[in-house]
Formats: sequence, C-alpha cells, structure tokens
Amino acid sequence: MSATSSLGGTTPEKPNSWTLRLRQAIDRHLPMDHLLPDRQPYYVGSWVYVFGVVTIAALVWVVVSGVVLSFMGPQWWHDSHLGKFFNSLHFWSVQLFFIFMVLHLWGQYFMAGWRQGRAATWLIGVVTFGISILTAFTGYLSQQNFDAQFIAINAKDAMNSAGVGAFFNVLNFGQMYGLHVMLLPIGVTILVAVHIVLVRVRGVVKPIDSEGGSRS
Amino acid sequence: MKSMGATQEEYYRGVRMAPYDLLKELVFALAGVGVLAVLISLVLSSPDVAPVTIATWAQQDPVDLVTTATGELAGSTTSAGYGPPYNSASEGQSWGPIAPQKWFGARIPIDSANSFVMQPLQRASFSNTDLGAALSAWQGASADQQSKWLDAYTKALADATVTDGKVVVATGEYGPLPLMMSNLLGVAQAGGLDGLLVINGRFYQTDYTQPLVFMGDGEYLAGLADEAHLTGSLWGMMNETGSYPGQTWLWLYTMWYQVFPFNSDTGFIGLNADNADLGIIILMTLLTAALALVPFIPILRDIPRWIPIHRLIWRQYYAPRKVAART
Amino acid sequence: MDTPASYVHWGFILISVPNLIVIGAMVVLFAIALIAPFPHAGEGDDVGNK
Repeated sequence: MSATSSLGGTTPEKPNSWTLRLRQAIDRHLPMDHLLPDRQPYYVGSWVYVFGVVTIAALVWVVVSGVVLSFMGPQWWHDSHLGKFFNSLHFWSVQLFFIFMVLHLWGQYFMAGWRQGRAATWLIGVVTFGISILTAFTGYLSQQNFDAQFIAINAKDAMNSAGVGAFFNVLNFGQMYGLHVMLLPIGVTILVAVHIVLVRVRGVVKPIDSEGGSRS
Repeated sequence: MKSMGATQEEYYRGVRMAPYDLLKELVFALAGVGVLAVLISLVLSSPDVAPVTIATWAQQDPVDLVTTATGELAGSTTSAGYGPPYNSASEGQSWGPIAPQKWFGARIPIDSANSFVMQPLQRASFSNTDLGAALSAWQGASADQQSKWLDAYTKALADATVTDGKVVVATGEYGPLPLMMSNLLGVAQAGGLDGLLVINGRFYQTDYTQPLVFMGDGEYLAGLADEAHLTGSLWGMMNETGSYPGQTWLWLYTMWYQVFPFNSDTGFIGLNADNADLGIIILMTLLTAALALVPFIPILRDIPRWIPIHRLIWRQYYAPRKVAART
Repeated sequence: MDTPASYVHWGFILISVPNLIVIGAMVVLFAIALIAPFPHAGEGDDVGNK
C-alpha cells in the first residue's frame, strides 16, 4: 500500500500507471500528516487565526439549516413556527458567516497571507467571497415575501444594464431558487474545500520579514 | 521541479513547532457558532413581511392601479419603454460603446399593453358581453382615436376619487376605457389579476416576471419600500425590513449610488445617474478583480508591511525574549 | 423586531442602527482577537517537523 521505494523523490523512470502517478503526486503534495497535522509553527499563536475555522463552522450551520428548509419546501417557514425557527437559524448563520469571513479577510490581508506561493489561496478566497454574495443574493430572492419582491424589482435594473438580466432573471423564482439550493452551494463548497487543501499543502505563511531570518 | 510537499518540509525547517489540535478547534467552533446561532434565532427570530399582491394594491390604491394600467396601454410606463431584455422600445443603459443591455435582444419578451391589460381583459370577457363589446370598440378604433381617449383619461385620473372601491373621474370623452378599467380593477381586487399574470394561460408556474414588472410600474409598492428604507437613495441595498441587519457586505456596492458622478444628472466622462447601474457594475467588477489580484499589485500588496497590525498578531515571533521569560 | 429601524445620518452616509451594530461588533471582535493572549499548549517543542 505504501508508495514505491523512491519516497517523495524521483524515480529513474516515470511509472506508466496513471493511478500510481496520481497516488505518488498526492503522497508528495499532501501526505496525511500535512492534511491532518497535530502541530503548527509556533507563530500560529493569535486569535486572528481562528476566524477561518469559525467561518467554516458558520457555513456548516448555513447548510444544515438550508437542507432542512429545502426538504420542507419554500413555503414551510411562512406557515410553521418550527419552520420560522429554521429560517431564523439560516438567516443568522448567514450573518455570522459573512461577519467571520470578512474578519478572516482583514486578518489575512494584514498578514499578507498570499506571500511565498500562496497567491492562489488568496485568489480562491476572494472568488469564494464573490460566489457567497451571489448565493446570499439568490437566497434573499427566494424568500417569497415583501423583501424578495422589492429586491427583485430593483436588482433587475442592475442585471439588465449589464446584459446579465437576459439570462439571470431575478424575477424568476424557479431559476433563483434552483441556483440557491443547488448550483451555488455546490460551488461554494468546492471552492472552500480547495481553499483549505491549499492551506494544508502550503502550510501557514511565515511572519512578514521572516524570510531569510534564522529565528526559530 | 520541487514538489510542494517537499517544499513545506523545507519551509518549516528550523521553525519551532507547537502542538495544535485542529479537529478539536473545529468541533469547538461548530458547537460555539451553533449555540450562538440558535440563541440569537430563539430571541430575535427573522424578518418576514408578507408580500404585496395585486389584489391588495387594487384595494388600497385603486387610482394608482388604474393609472398604471392606463399607462401600459399608452406605452408610458417604465416597462413599456424599458428596452432589452423585455422589448426594443429603447436601447437601455450604455457608456460610450459599452452597451451590454442591448447585446442579447428581448430574451424575456413583455408586451406591456397586451400582457398586463388586454389579455387579462379578454379572458375576463368570456361571459361578459359588455366588456366584450368595449374591447371590440377599443381594438376597432384608430391609433389616433385611442391616443385621444388615453390622453383625456390620464389627465382625468390625476383628479380621480374612490367610491366603494371604484375609481370615479369627471365626465369626459374616454371611449371604452372606463368600462375596461373598472372591469380590470374588479378582477384585480378579487385576486384574479395576480393569478392571470402569473399563470399566463398555463397551470404550473414558477416565474413571477409579469406580476412583478406590473407592480414595479406603479407607485404603491415603491411607496411601501420607501417607508421601509429599502430604496436606493437611502442605501436600500444594505437594508432589511424591520430592525434586522441587512446585507452589510453590499456597503461598497450601494455606496456608489450616493456619490458623484452616479448621483448626478450631468455626471463625469459620460457616467451619470442615467447609466449608474452599468457604471457601478463596471466599477465593482474592476475593484473585485483588484482585490483578487492584490498579490500582484504593488502598493496594495505592500500596505500590510507598513501597517503594524501584523506585529500584534505575531508579537511572540517578533519579541522572543518576552516569550522565553514568560515560562 | 418588526418595527422600523432607526437610522444614523452622517454626511452622505445613511446607515441603519442594526447594520451599524454589526459593523461595530466586527471591529471590536477584530481588535479583541489582535490583543487577547492566545494559549500555547507547550513551549520549546521540536524544531523542524515530522
């Protein structure tokens, strides 16, 4: 089950098996003790580092409450006290999600977290932010209440002005709801997963101006 | 080429490591955020203001509904003159050669006069011979005659009154319009127009384009939104009904609507209040791209070095003697 | 919570009190995270890794 004898190095010839080459690439880039390390560099010692994981936690609650809401259908929460509670849970988890995500963004900006080969991690983070905003937007449009009506009627002008409105019709509940409960959450989840994998592959960035230093 | 895993080994060479339980951290985060979300939900609940229906509109402000319907026939409403994607009555917003609104044509066709007035009335005239006769009279009249009736009726509506839920105007030459409009109002007040505009001859439907565009043409919905501070000039995009927080993350997007040149009629380099939607979308696209590309943009990527927030975050690293003394 | 919110008007800025509370709380949370001491499990552990 273990990799070939050339542990993490290069074999004299590349093996022909694609499966073997994939396994070797994974073993090199993300061995298990990098995916689930029980140690971090000692400079990971500030509460600012916690904003990322609480953002993930909030996202989990967004999805859990969203699953319940979608299982019971889009009208349930208007007519049922329990439904209203799950809608509240969804509403406030989303607020917490954005609060923690932006705090995470502020922290990573001031730490210049993109350094030393981590530009892709940063870029995916910003894209995730954008897709999350789109997901929240389609969610507000799916509420089937006064707020949804007014947001739809006004947002359509912005969408139409950019030509996007011809394909993305904010007045079309069916389209907005489908995007909100399936396509966009899948997008957010994939992006977050890639973002986390990149952090685990690269490790946590060193403090600013530590490059070349010999502090331990 | 070095693999990234090997690079991490090299990256951490010489760096002191400390135990750190990621899984425990995740579980605590899940529990903590969960408890917080549940508590806030139990105490504060969430906003749910009931949607406006055309029936409510017709009952609360019949003059506005009839005025709007008359405007649809006259082609003077927002939707009638909108342009793509609903029709080709205008070109839509543009900034110089940048005019994406018209690039894709009328992909969501709405014929305001027919969709909102004539077709619902035709359906309502199924067993209503008076209405049928009025509709024939309307359709048989010349465009010139129709305009005369519309002008006269629109002027009269400005001073209309309401008696027993019906719209009353001064006597004048309006042709079949008053009968058509009073029937449309009756259908609307009974809830029939909500149904007719959504269903549009089908059975299943999830597309509310027609009733929403029709309501958007009137003043009633906008008036309610104004009271709830949801309108654009009031930073509405960020706001929520009641005392709930809104979409605070849209602060920058909505801010531009309040500042020059997007709040000005004359504007600057062709950007003004008329094409503000397009101008702001272009601006926000550029700013978002800049945010995504910060690692490659000089000055933006150097600011963190100049602002000593990182010295607080990594103070143990920058002052190791203090750490050692702390045992 | 269903009564209309109050608004703060400062120059061209018009923000609802609930939104202001959210943003204020974020700034406070960030400041606390910067300053609050972070518990370290143990000092002077292995150098390098694995």
